[in-house]
Amino acid sequence: MVQVEFLGPIGLKPIEADVANLKELSQLLKKKKEVKAWLENCAVAVNDEITKDIEKELKSGDKVTLLPPVCGG
Amino acid sequence: MIKVYKRPLNKEEIEREWFATLTENRNGAFVSFTGIIKEEHKIEGLSFDIHEPMLKKWFNVWDSYTKDNNSKLFMAHSKGDVMLGEISFMCAVASPKRRFALETMDTLVEDFKANAPIWKYDLKNGERAFALARSHKIDGSGLLA
Repeated sequence: MVQVEFLGPIGLKPIEADVANLKELSQLLKKKKEVKAWLENCAVAVNDEITKDIEKELKSGDKVTLLPPVCGG
Repeated sequence: MIKVYKRPLNKEEIEREWFATLTENRNGAFVSFTGIIKEEHKIEGLSFDIHEPMLKKWFNVWDSYTKDNNSKLFMAHSKGDVMLGEISFMCAVASPKRRFALETMDTLVEDFKANAPIWKYDLKNGERAFALARSHKIDGSGLLA
């Protein structure tokens, strides 16, 4: 299972997902109404590293993080 | 070094701490930036969430770059509530080269605003509301959309 975390203002508890890559995770998250609206605005990290590869393979124990728009300072 | 405080920043205390680490007399320049909560949108203050492990990763890239240039990078940020006129962000570059310090600070602060994993909320009328309109999508956003 892959752990999925939703940071900052998304305000959802982490979930576990049985997916083999980010494409499968995308399909799963699009079915969740409370998450779908955030997907367009969110960057994605796997094990705390930002990725731009939708084909990225995931293995059990990996952590995927959704990062909404930021503004430090 | 980078440090996250659960309170507004004390500029004098933090700069004293930073200066104390500059034990070699090779730095001719110390360039600093201070972020203060300003009056806008009728807010009473701002509040910050930080993902500290990813903030450290972001910082480490810039830290390596400054070290490669014989320079030193310092950063401090508040999490939680910071009210009008208080300080939420401090950053400094100490360097033997003035131009390196000035140019690095300029580029680094812009990258920080665009990519560091920190979320800002307006404090207004007793509520904490995500400041989406003033936030920036991280490069690569929308991958799962």
